[in-house]
Amino acid sequence: MALQIVHACVNCCACVEVCPNEAIYADTPHFLIDEAKCTECLGEYADPQCAAICPIECAIVNELGDPINPPGSLTGIPLEKLIELGLYKAAA
Amino acid sequence: MELPVISNTPPTPLTTSGGGCSSSGCGTAPDALGHLPDHIRAKVQDHPCYSEEAHHYFARMHVAVAPACNIQCNYCNRKYDCANESRPGVVSELLSPDQAIKKVLAVAAKIPQMTVLGIAGPGDPLANPTRTFETFRQLAERAPDIKLCVSTNGLNLPKYADEIAKYNIDHVTITINCIDPEIGARIYPWIFWENRRIRGVAGARILIEQQQKGLEMLTARGILVKVNSVLIPGVNDRHLKEVSRVVKARGAFLHNVMPLIAEAEHGTYYGLMGQASPSAEQLQELQDDCSGDMAMMRHCRQCRADAVGLLGEDRGAEFTMDKIDQLSLDDIDYAAAMVRRKEVHDAIIDQLDQQRETRRAMPPPLSGDSRNPENLSPAWRTVLMAVAGKNGVVGEHFGHAREFLIYEASPSGVRFVSHRKTGLYCSGTESCGEGDEASASSLVGEPESVLDKTIATLTGCEVVLCSKIGYEPWGKLEASGIQPNGEHAMEPIEDAVLAVYKEMGSAGKLAEKPVGQASSRKAA
Ligand code: SF4
Ligand code: SF4
Ligand code: SF4
Repeated sequence: MALQIVHACVNCCACVEVCPNEAIYADTPHFLIDEAKCTECLGEYADPQCAAICPIECAIVNELGDPINPPGSLTGIPLEKLIELGLYKAAA
Repeated sequence: MELPVISNTPPTPLTTSGGGCSSSGCGTAPDALGHLPDHIRAKVQDHPCYSEEAHHYFARMHVAVAPACNIQCNYCNRKYDCANESRPGVVSELLSPDQAIKKVLAVAAKIPQMTVLGIAGPGDPLANPTRTFETFRQLAERAPDIKLCVSTNGLNLPKYADEIAKYNIDHVTITINCIDPEIGARIYPWIFWENRRIRGVAGARILIEQQQKGLEMLTARGILVKVNSVLIPGVNDRHLKEVSRVVKARGAFLHNVMPLIAEAEHGTYYGLMGQASPSAEQLQELQDDCSGDMAMMRHCRQCRADAVGLLGEDRGAEFTMDKIDQLSLDDIDYAAAMVRRKEVHDAIIDQLDQQRETRRAMPPPLSGDSRNPENLSPAWRTVLMAVAGKNGVVGEHFGHAREFLIYEASPSGVRFVSHRKTGLYCSGTESCGEGDEASASSLVGEPESVLDKTIATLTGCEVVLCSKIGYEPWGKLEASGIQPNGEHAMEPIEDAVLAVYKEMGSAGKLAEKPVGQASSRKAA
């Protein structure tokens, strides 16, 4: 039961400030979540705090590897536009 | 290592060209802060970002210690700096509070003109309260003479207003782009508030409430508040006048409207969705509109967040962290540095005071402005001129100018109106031909669009003064109805503008509308 930070992370450190369990630490090339400490915020908050403040789509994923904030969900840029710009490849 | 502008230069009479800009070199200086009550004016008169006089003499620096943010702005790409206070597409060096202190102390020891330390982007300082306040706490302890300022999106302001008051931070900048949540929803896709991500109008409403509340709380605590707004054509352009009115009523002392910078390569929402940036003319018109309501800051250079030095210059490269790291804090004699700063600051303030005195003591003009007793015909129309200036004189090559100073010449004299940037997006020195010694030829080799863009920035101006200009830009400028003029190279800017204005007048060019200009800006 833990979320994971992946390569899209820009090291802005916003998640560190809000994690109730101090589960997030700086590392290179990007921040990481200590899976032993992460509770996915269950019982503490309605939403996992790190994913609720993270500004970068696809930087935080669940145990299945699915992004909590999928492409377009934070910027509001329509998927078609992202595909057109080559910023997102539609899953085949 | 001394900046030449200051201490070496004895107080000079107004029209000498030697010491940088003559005191009136930026036109609006004497009256821009004139409407402020004395105690506020006293606070800002040596602040380089607020006083148009001071910005030639005092230095400021920013440190980036606060990378996290709690909202999203559509003009921001979080891979880069906070676009609120600096330019998108720029990455500043991120420092820990300890590193930041070390850097500030080192810089303040080397540049005694240093008066202000700011914490701005990337990120929102109040979304990183620990790092931000730790930096301020240490600095207040070790260099109590340095003024502190902080820039914020305002969301956490009510929460930290007391903390801010405690650290004796006397200047706060809030970026307020709107007071209408419907408009806000088109600027801010979401905010992080009370442990939730809140989207759209609901999020914008909370942000606006907190900003306004924060503004009031700070004013009530005697802290100066400046408001920045980003002008986003079609989104908040018609709305900003109202914003200006409201924030003034709530106690802001200065309103600074900055142009949106939206380029696709910055990867921001606006950039990718093709949102237009305002033209220099649009920006100026809005600044003129809002200035009826309150003081506008026309000389803001949107400096990058880790800028060091006098406004318009960046000595950041002299003080990168690897250089700072080699210093040991014990090498710096703080006490001595502070004494030295006090001397330098006092000398500058004296000089500014004397210049103000001289100005007041001038005999009343017979007609027109005191600086040009020659009769200017009251029938002449107002003309905008762009100047490629350097240190107060017409000293820059057209193709090398990174910004043009816009002056207005009218029968009542010459006044500085604004500056307009060229090549806003060029980050590398190679790409803009800046720094290499190539002159006119570098422009010819550059893609046409750069020159076209530069010319577009000059819309509304009838003349451009520079020290030199290449053949190709000359032709293109003329074709666009802008007269290039290289005859006043190295002359003090205001004298040169006035001379050209008079030439135009005697040649009968000021009687009617300019040729080839679609619309002329409404006179301010
Ligand atoms: S889900 Fe909650 S506990 Fe886990 S890392 Fe994120 S903020 Fe921390
Ligand atoms: S908030 Fe997102 S982008 Fe920022 S450090 Fe955490 S995971 Fe990385
Ligand atoms: S407040 Fe600054 S860092 Fe945060 S999203 Fe807006 S521009 Fe970016």
